[in-house]
Amino acid sequence: MSDMTDMTAARPQKPVNSLLVQDANTARRNASEKRFRAYGITAIAIGLVFLVVLISSILFKGVGAFQQTTLTLQVELLEAKLDKSGTRDLDKIKKVTTFGYNPLIDDAIRRAIDEIGVENPFRKGKDLRKMLSSGAAGQLREFVIANPDRIGDTVAFKLLASSRVDGYLKDRVSRESLARDKNLTPVHLDLIDALRDAGIVRKGFNMSFITGADASESRPEQAGIGVSMLGSFYMMIVVLLAALPIGVAASIYLEEFARQNWFTDLIEVNISNLAAVPSIVFGILGLAVFIQFAHFPQSAPLVGGLVLTLMTLPTIIISTRASLKAVPPSIREAALGIGASKMQTVFHHVLPLAMPGILTGTIIGLAQALGETAPLLLIGMVGYIASNPPEGLIEGFLSPNSAMPAQIYEWAKRADPAYYERAWGGIIILLLFLMTMNIIAIILRRRFERRW
Amino acid sequence: MSFVKLTASALAITAVGATAASARDQVQVAGSSTVLPYASIVAEAFGENFDFPTPVVESGGSSAGLKRFCEGVGENTIDVANASRKIKDKEIAKCADAGVKDIIEVRIGYDGIVFASQLNGPDFGAFEPADIYNALGAQVMVDGKLVDNTFSKWNEFNADLPDVDIAAFIPGTKHGTREVFEVKVMEAGCKATGAYDVFLAAAEGDSDKAKKKAAKKMCYKVRTDGTSVDIDGDYTETLASISSNKDGIGIFGLAFYENNTDTLQVATMSGIAPSTETIATGEYPVSRPLYFYIKKAHIGVIPGLKEYAEFFVADEIAGPDGPLSEYGLVADPELAATQASIAAEETMK
Repeated sequence: MSDMTDMTAARPQKPVNSLLVQDANTARRNASEKRFRAYGITAIAIGLVFLVVLISSILFKGVGAFQQTTLTLQVELLEAKLDKSGTRDLDKIKKVTTFGYNPLIDDAIRRAIDEIGVENPFRKGKDLRKMLSSGAAGQLREFVIANPDRIGDTVAFKLLASSRVDGYLKDRVSRESLARDKNLTPVHLDLIDALRDAGIVRKGFNMSFITGADASESRPEQAGIGVSMLGSFYMMIVVLLAALPIGVAASIYLEEFARQNWFTDLIEVNISNLAAVPSIVFGILGLAVFIQFAHFPQSAPLVGGLVLTLMTLPTIIISTRASLKAVPPSIREAALGIGASKMQTVFHHVLPLAMPGILTGTIIGLAQALGETAPLLLIGMVGYIASNPPEGLIEGFLSPNSAMPAQIYEWAKRADPAYYERAWGGIIILLLFLMTMNIIAIILRRRFERRW
Repeated sequence: MSFVKLTASALAITAVGATAASARDQVQVAGSSTVLPYASIVAEAFGENFDFPTPVVESGGSSAGLKRFCEGVGENTIDVANASRKIKDKEIAKCADAGVKDIIEVRIGYDGIVFASQLNGPDFGAFEPADIYNALGAQVMVDGKLVDNTFSKWNEFNADLPDVDIAAFIPGTKHGTREVFEVKVMEAGCKATGAYDVFLAAAEGDSDKAKKKAAKKMCYKVRTDGTSVDIDGDYTETLASISSNKDGIGIFGLAFYENNTDTLQVATMSGIAPSTETIATGEYPVSRPLYFYIKKAHIGVIPGLKEYAEFFVADEIAGPDGPLSEYGLVADPELAATQASIAAEETMK
């Protein structure tokens, strides 16, 4: 409007321009709009490029973790080695440690090599075993203890290949890169090629990466994210059960019942401040309060969940208050007008209408908590924690466990390059979880949100 | 409303559970990140071979581990602290104050520290401690005079070294590795170049001992002009720094180097190439013993603690052919004595 008055009032002597012909001013304004649009498109394009680079590099680096090389070997469970007494007494069988199973594995590899008709370049069983994971003996021992009656039989085992052999089948390891490696030699790779042609060495889908537990530094091939996934799951249950009721109750009270005075203002400011506190601070608080003062067990998902609850509460309170505020006053007034009590108004009318917003906020808060590592560092959930999947609910909350992001962080630190691949694989799984949660939040909002 | 009831009951159940399960049944270990790989290998094999649950092993550094170790006795404190150096008298006193009086010290073997660079970068070949000191020391000897270090290329002080910029990535001061680097490399280099004598002559102190200490402290000073970068994280961080700097040289543990021979090449020190053999014989100069410490009061209370310690130093684990030396640990020649001392639960004096 001001432009038009300018044109007519300030310069009356000039002839009025036709609307169909651009004057200099309009051209400039149009050009600036075009420039702005170009900036916006560039910004989005840059963002998209980064996203594509990020996702493709994650997929490229992590997809290997979902495949695993195995060797299928016929192992003769010699009675002379495993049960000298011949009594099948479980206590005596248990006395044979995993080291006692190594000769059986050596024999099995030798036999497999003989069968395919290749000359065996290695004398020592130790050199042959380098192709296999050091966890192979443990796998055999577990089987024998579970099935003592099979001692004496020849049983087919699907044993994990060592991380270097696995890397060779995934093109991560080559003959050149093994030139100075003491874990495996190029001669081993020739043998692996022959075994692969015979169908003994095979690469397949790696289910144990999704269901398994962490492994030590020397066996990346055995490591899985499953148990830490359970750890995250139990933590999220704690967060949900603790943060949702507390958060919703607090925001209902603050929003609907509390009087506006300096005290509630103070609380409001502090909740906003709390949302901005770095998460590591909550970790220190958790260590001091839950472990050192309340004597909760270390490394337990219960403690991790409580710490993450503190972190998630402000997010839930802020989003709940926002969605309560969005319910129009006319609803409250109508309910009060027909004689509902304040409590009935809130719980029968306001809360159901605000529920989609509350749930969305909660899910986003949970997703944030799921990806959090820093506070877990201090309460002992980062490290080597290879527990079996917890037995039962209480075990799940209390036995030491890790969490998905903590597990990824731990793997990324380890020396063997095979762990690097696992870390990226873990990131893929974590991202899938986060994306699923965010999509659920979006769907909830789309389907149930009402606008007035 | 029903979820409120659900929450209340769930919280009640977990609270009851917390009291019921307060008797801890797995060994808790924390400490040095250098010992962590070995401890995790042992913990895994322990869980496989015994009916006890797999111990929990955390890292965080020797000092942090010993600090937690000395917090007191009881189930909510750790049982074992891993350390890449010997426990200090100060820490023993602190432990005693908190009631941790009987500590069993276990030496598990030796670890070598190597100087490595990118495989497709320049070949540094052979280092002497003097070279490292000339490259990294804060003050160095030039023409018989002590001056601030202004060397920017390796071949400026040793014509045998390549003509590339000096860029070193050394462990930060919170690492036990830094201490070994200072004593075994910087101090030796300082003495070899003659800088130590100059520092000693200028040192102030009441006694000879104090003067020597002050002079050594001057030797440990690393130049601060950006040619030497402290790495506070793990070796993976050093590796990342080396990967992005073709001329860079980094300090690694022997085990880490041996797992990454496809990207790293190692330089010799005083003419000796690092390997488990040369470290075991003591020829390779830069090595240090690794330890773990056990609370005697926890033996018999925490199931499997003594068995874990015995298993750790058993011949088939920590011996020269065991999985630990396969990973890069240099086996302790006096392993039998260590085994006997654990069996007898001998504490530190």
